[in-house]
Amino acid sequence: MATPTSAHTTVGRYIGQSVKRREDPRLLTGHGRYVDDDKPAGTMHVAFVRSNVARGTITHLDVSAARALPGVEAVYTGDDLNPTIQQMWASMTGPPIEMGGQSPYPPANVLAPGDVRYVGDPIAIVIAESRYIAEDAADLVEVEIDALPAVLGMRAAAASSELVHRETESNVSAAMPTPEVPELDALFDNAAHLITRTFGGARASNVPMEPRGLIVHSDRYRGEMFIRAATQSVHEMKSFAARLIGIPESHIRVVADDVGGGFGQKMAVMREEAAVIAAAHKYGRAPVKWIEDRRENLISSNQARSEEGTLTFAIDGEGHILGCRAEFIEEIGAYPPVSSPTAALAIGVMTGPYKIPVLLPGCSAVYTNTVGKSAYRGPWALETIFREQMMDICARELGIDPIEFRRINLIQPDDLPYTTATQMVLDHITPKETLDQATEMIDVGGFRAEQAAAKADGRVLGLGVATYVEPSAIAFGVFNSDPAVITMDLSGKVQVRLGTGSHGHSIETTIAQVVATHLGCDIDDVAIIQGDTATAPLGPGTGGSRTAVAAGGAAQTASIQLKDKLLQIAAHLMEASADDLEVENSVVSVRGTPQAAVHFSQLAMTAHMAPDLLPPGVGPGLEVVARYRPPSEFTWSNAAHACTVELDPETGVVRFLRYVVSEDCGQMINPMVVEGQIAGGVAQGIGGVLFENLAYDDHGNPLATTFLDYLLPSAPEMPDFEYGHVESMSATLGGYKGMGEGGAIVSPPAVANAINDALAQLGVPPLTQFPFDPNTIVAAINAAR
Amino acid sequence: MSETIGQISVTVTVNGRRRTVTCEPRKLLSDVLREDLNLTGTHVGCEHGACGACTVLLDGAAVRSCLLFAVQLDGSDITTVEGIANDDGSLNDVQQAMQDNHGLQCGFCTPGVVVSLTAFLRDNPSPTDDQIREAISGNLCRCTGYHGIVNAARQACGRPEGAR
Repeated sequence: MATPTSAHTTVGRYIGQSVKRREDPRLLTGHGRYVDDDKPAGTMHVAFVRSNVARGTITHLDVSAARALPGVEAVYTGDDLNPTIQQMWASMTGPPIEMGGQSPYPPANVLAPGDVRYVGDPIAIVIAESRYIAEDAADLVEVEIDALPAVLGMRAAAASSELVHRETESNVSAAMPTPEVPELDALFDNAAHLITRTFGGARASNVPMEPRGLIVHSDRYRGEMFIRAATQSVHEMKSFAARLIGIPESHIRVVADDVGGGFGQKMAVMREEAAVIAAAHKYGRAPVKWIEDRRENLISSNQARSEEGTLTFAIDGEGHILGCRAEFIEEIGAYPPVSSPTAALAIGVMTGPYKIPVLLPGCSAVYTNTVGKSAYRGPWALETIFREQMMDICARELGIDPIEFRRINLIQPDDLPYTTATQMVLDHITPKETLDQATEMIDVGGFRAEQAAAKADGRVLGLGVATYVEPSAIAFGVFNSDPAVITMDLSGKVQVRLGTGSHGHSIETTIAQVVATHLGCDIDDVAIIQGDTATAPLGPGTGGSRTAVAAGGAAQTASIQLKDKLLQIAAHLMEASADDLEVENSVVSVRGTPQAAVHFSQLAMTAHMAPDLLPPGVGPGLEVVARYRPPSEFTWSNAAHACTVELDPETGVVRFLRYVVSEDCGQMINPMVVEGQIAGGVAQGIGGVLFENLAYDDHGNPLATTFLDYLLPSAPEMPDFEYGHVESMSATLGGYKGMGEGGAIVSPPAVANAINDALAQLGVPPLTQFPFDPNTIVAAINAAR
Repeated sequence: MSETIGQISVTVTVNGRRRTVTCEPRKLLSDVLREDLNLTGTHVGCEHGACGACTVLLDGAAVRSCLLFAVQLDGSDITTVEGIANDDGSLNDVQQAMQDNHGLQCGFCTPGVVVSLTAFLRDNPSPTDDQIREAISGNLCRCTGYHGIVNAARQACGRPEGAR
């Protein structure tokens, strides 16, 4: 089947081209350099002793047998390390409220402070000659815990006087109540249709294939700390480590080479990483390595998507949405990297690509005795996941086709720029065009006929559509801008240093495309350096769908400024006007007079070796330091997804027939990479609906501690993805928009809507609580019989 | 095999070279490859045989190196991802197809995928789509949604729709 793709706007030689990745040869042959691949001489290995109880008081803790085991260098408990902790907060969310900041944080400790607060809570840390010995020693640590009833379930926890953290007054870490606006009561009370539903996500985890890990060498003789880590942001780890143990940031160097995925998990520094930093600093004699194993990753890294939203839509007789009440509650576990609700951001984009003039939002975040919540690809996704399911439910209640209901309410091209109910100004977006493209590609009419014919044969098919607008390229706080430093060497080739932290994003390829295009050289003449605080400029790392916009903008700015300087020098040497010059393949020539030409290398030799030959006012050297701040806090991107499924009513198994994505990320730098990001995001979204569930039992025991219980999507369950692209330029330099997270944000409701469309064939009311696993589906079918 | 205190000596052929290591009986093949033989291309993603990142060829068969003890393997022939490329160092057909079809992003699961697909296509040169997906069902990838990996397999077995 054809995949319609709009003609790419090819800017120059590389931008817009599916350039093959330069990262691949090393990764395909086993020559990547992930954190566990590095073995500095004398490295010691860490194992944690963890709680097997969700909540309780430690009544006995004896590490003497562990310390006595040959090969063990040190065993530290909370009493040893917690007093060494100075501050624990993330640059992204700023200092805690007690320090004058705006974000709440859980109590600052790295090991259990006399009591345990979730299963997996680290109690002690062992440092030994090998991981095998470290784990042997961990088994020798005697721990007795007086168990208490676990505080579980976000609504119960919010109401409970039993506290997850004794240091707090309530399990509700932060709350923003739904505003009472009496003058708007009539709008809701008098609406032709007033529909309320509650939606729930399934607790998921990011599950990068490479778990967390770091090597920390606190060199007391140099007064320096060297960290190699699996992180999305080396600069954040440096800042965090400095604040944690109270040494100057300038004395810490953090390096990350290849990083095996993150999806948000490796953005904020988490508690075990902090414990390793503190332990290595106290130990101080050799590098200390901790590589998280998969069980630790599943029980102790982070959770996400344990969220509920209750939405009320007021709709008029013609299907126009008049207003929305939205109340979100999020479970943040015991020790999240920050304790504020992510819905506080989601609320801002709750109305999505629709004209919903009134929004009354509220949200809260609740501690429970489970693993802490952290960002997961589209941390604000709950607004789209719940709203897009609500759109289908409302359409069904009104007797309108869900696609038509969306069209009635969609922001049209003529409406732009459109100011939302939350005062966000949406512009340079294409919700209509992407919905049109997605529905054409999936062939709604053809599918409906196929669906009817299948029904006659006893088969159950369903179609789901979802649309959204994404606040990509977040540009505020520490994320406000990105740096790029470009240096041309004597041979006329460039090195570009970035503040990014690629962990699968193809940045070495895509940013080189940007630089080569704007500088006018071969892509092989561009080297990209990132992931080392000693060489890379201070930047926030990679996350928030912002690298193309922010780092791309910075690299583009630096390239253009460097080219300007090269042209000035060339004009002087050739006695021509800079305006008459053009650049092609690193050669500057006079337009129309190709014999008057000079190669970048000659200009570079002049700049570096013969500064007296430079034009007046032009200094020596060829280096540009640039920083790009996008024109607004968000750069909006958008997409529409459409998928079709077949549902087996006997087994509850859902099989994909087709999956179509139409998206607009502005000027694509590398369409192959764009489509790769979409595919991976959609697979994660599908997993979150059908398979993934980081469940706990009634005592707070995690039930998914291996990949046999935490079910990731595997190849047989995934469809071929079909892509359509609409390229409307954003207002950013280069016209780029972020798109790394979108696939994961809008696929869950598209899949949910397809399943509910199939269930409707059987007269089964819509499911609203993920996961939609086979048991849930069969139970719903049986209940409706 | 010779035995010292708590340590056992094992001789294996790895990527065509005879290697002898002395290790504890409990040491996993994946750990011996990574720590004793410095072949860090074999990745450990779960240590319970589910994710497939540690897949190597043992006497030609694709196996999970995290589920084997090195001491079981005296006299065996092992090929890791470092030994998969062509003799001149260029990418083999599977590796080249993976690059051509964006079959990898972060690269962590990639060694296992490359080894699994190389063995699978050697034994099944003309598979169906369902067979391809089944063949890599034991290799978990969190980045690609398997789209590029499946396309790579199609290209590597000469099917035109695999190429972009």
